[in-house]
Amino acid sequence: MTLLTVDDLTVGYRGPNGLTPVVHQVSFEVEPGQVLALVGESGSGKTTTGHAVLGLLPANGQVIGGRIRFRDQELTELSAKGRRDLRGRAVSLIPQDPGVSLDPVRPVGAQVEDVLLLHTDLDRAARRERVHELFEQVGFTDVERRYRQYPHELSGGMRQRVLIAAAIAADPELIIADEPTSGLDATVQKQVLDLIDELRARSGTAVVLVTHDLGVAADRSDLIGVMQGGRLVEAGPTARVIGTPEHPYTRKLVESVPSRIDRRPAGRPSGDTVIEVRDLTKVFGRHTAVDHTSFEVRRGETFSIVGESGSGKSTTARILTGLTRATSGRVTVLGADVTALSRRGFRPLRRDVQIVHQNPYSSFDPRFDVFDVVEEPLRAFAPARWPWKRRAAHEDRVLAALEAAALPADFAERHPRELSGGQRQRVAIARALVLEPTVVVLDEPISALDVSVAAQILALLRRLQEDRGLTYVFISHDLAVVRAISDRVAVMSNGRIVEQGPVQDVFSNPQHEYTVQLLDAIAGRDLLVGAR
Amino acid sequence: MTLIAEAEAETRTAPPRRSRRPLGDAGVYLAALVVAVALLWAVAPNLFTSADPLAVQPALRFRPPSADHWFGTDQLGRDLYTRVVYGARASLTGAGVAVALAVLVGAILGTVAGWFGGVTDSVIGRAIDVVLSIPGFLFAITIVVLLGFGVLQAAVAVGLTSSATFARLIRSEVLKARSSNYVEAAITSGASTFAILRRHVLPNSFTATLALITVQFGIAIIWIASLSFLGLGAQPPQPEWGLLVSDGRNYIASRGWLTLWPGLTVVAVVLATNHLSHHLGRRRTP
Repeated sequence: MTLLTVDDLTVGYRGPNGLTPVVHQVSFEVEPGQVLALVGESGSGKTTTGHAVLGLLPANGQVIGGRIRFRDQELTELSAKGRRDLRGRAVSLIPQDPGVSLDPVRPVGAQVEDVLLLHTDLDRAARRERVHELFEQVGFTDVERRYRQYPHELSGGMRQRVLIAAAIAADPELIIADEPTSGLDATVQKQVLDLIDELRARSGTAVVLVTHDLGVAADRSDLIGVMQGGRLVEAGPTARVIGTPEHPYTRKLVESVPSRIDRRPAGRPSGDTVIEVRDLTKVFGRHTAVDHTSFEVRRGETFSIVGESGSGKSTTARILTGLTRATSGRVTVLGADVTALSRRGFRPLRRDVQIVHQNPYSSFDPRFDVFDVVEEPLRAFAPARWPWKRRAAHEDRVLAALEAAALPADFAERHPRELSGGQRQRVAIARALVLEPTVVVLDEPISALDVSVAAQILALLRRLQEDRGLTYVFISHDLAVVRAISDRVAVMSNGRIVEQGPVQDVFSNPQHEYTVQLLDAIAGRDLLVGAR
Repeated sequence: MTLIAEAEAETRTAPPRRSRRPLGDAGVYLAALVVAVALLWAVAPNLFTSADPLAVQPALRFRPPSADHWFGTDQLGRDLYTRVVYGARASLTGAGVAVALAVLVGAILGTVAGWFGGVTDSVIGRAIDVVLSIPGFLFAITIVVLLGFGVLQAAVAVGLTSSATFARLIRSEVLKARSSNYVEAAITSGASTFAILRRHVLPNSFTATLALITVQFGIAIIWIASLSFLGLGAQPPQPEWGLLVSDGRNYIASRGWLTLWPGLTVVAVVLATNHLSHHLGRRRTP
């Protein structure tokens, strides 16, 4: 018997202009024990669909039409009480953001116990016993201590495990996992997804996995539903959808997956050394962020530093760009020893060394329009002029930089808040290019973007490098992206570079155990590479 | 689970749209009108009255309010309405000078403390704390006594006293901007410290400062009037709101209008500036 049938579901949000549908006539079925992945980019309606099934739409959301059938119950016709009874017991949710989904003032064990209190007849001792069991199932070792801990004492991955424990506490038949790993490091993501897999294998629970990551979907699902603009544009068995996508949008998504992007030819000639780092160490209080690292970057190449959060890769980038001073060691950029430079002393170098931040919007002054943002580096190196003369003097170069970043000239008059994430990142790239620098440090430039947009930005970065002979220092946590764009790569962990070398060598023949772990954790690696 | 679910649902609901309150808006317009009229009094008093504020007419002593003398006349037969209109200049200029001085000193101290941090910040920060720990009006009196009596001296005293409040606010705004990504981006763009302060830090501190300016303007009016009331500010026969109240005090039992009208004027203008300030502050926080 089909576990979940969604038929012609249409969901809308009430806004100032009345009810606007955001999910249009979506239909799918999930059998017991199956994993259905709903894949799509932000705003595609995948989360809204998942929440409609649970009856957890926000106050201004409403199911306009269609049916949701769970076993033999019509969920759309159920009363609030009936839904409550179903939620947690038969259908449960693993929410998106483990950071805000736990009550900060109660021990996590008690929060898992709530589910048992609501849906089982167990007495106090038995409930506690069961929570300990659940914690063991989700991979905690010291379960009694974990029970008493508060959310702030746990890492993101651990909190997500607590939420998974709560989701499976009452042995539900269906779990809706809404981006369960989107904020987590790759290795942690793998552990969490492995855990969900394992639970499914053990108890035959069906899972609806809402995700933006086609790689995760390819690895973990039996069925894939691809959503775009609120419509389910393609659905089918995973291997079929990934292997022979029919809808153009699915094809675009599959081709945008970084591990599918053409790798650059090996052994491109590289020039002289432009950045040389020797024994670099940075200590914050008692914490060593960067620990005796050494590497060099040659002219015209892309050198990637890859690592998980807290590995020291961003601190290294900040030292290279003179935003933070090193504790010890030597950093030479274009022949200048920057460790000895004050902020003022670094200024002449900034013509040649620019940075693109992870979050472009916050790196724009809220009062500035696009023209002002891109013009800023020019102003820094131009003699002071009257405002009306200045704008005219810089106009050509600003427009040229926008064009290089593939933005139309009329964007200059717009405000960053009117732009999409990809467009904002292009503005940030235009700002970095306006001085025609030699070295560009890219600090996670695409990790906040949807895959198809990220693929466009990567292509843009590659084209710019070829046209202008730029040297990139590319900071990323995403190995698939790093493989697509870099010539050489350094793997960082706990402030140390554990391995570095040409990208082919590191990826095909990793020497360090941590690199192996990272490579293992790349989602969608086997299927996507195999499908080529 | 329901707990988790509810928390989740809550983060997803759109922020409630601010309801439009027609009465609130009307209050803002009224306040703006009051302030505008007071400012016009100060700039061009002869538009509002043709009489001379200093003309003594013994025959017209102590006339109660009437069609000829809207606010009545004082013990020397001078028209009180005219004196209140002309008094706006001394009171408002005093308040303006005080606030301008406070903003200037506060901006310099606050920016230096916030931007450079470290020892500089500690020294300036402790100095601000010391000034704020002394009752403000007492501090202003002390300064006036050192500087001598007069509206300008009173204004300088009030300005120096309230500069500590501005310094503290601007320091926190500068700290906020300094740690922001856009200032970091400006640094990596190659902008000099001075350019960053001028282009990014100070303009982005302005909205918060503007709300405080309006509050402090109201406070400065009261303080300068109070100093004049005590005889430390404006000197007779110059018309000034505080001094008018002080003059009328001798006749408060029998000729209440002499204190009532100047007093009400001060109250109206101060309430109006406070209301405007509240409105600006509310608009700033989304």
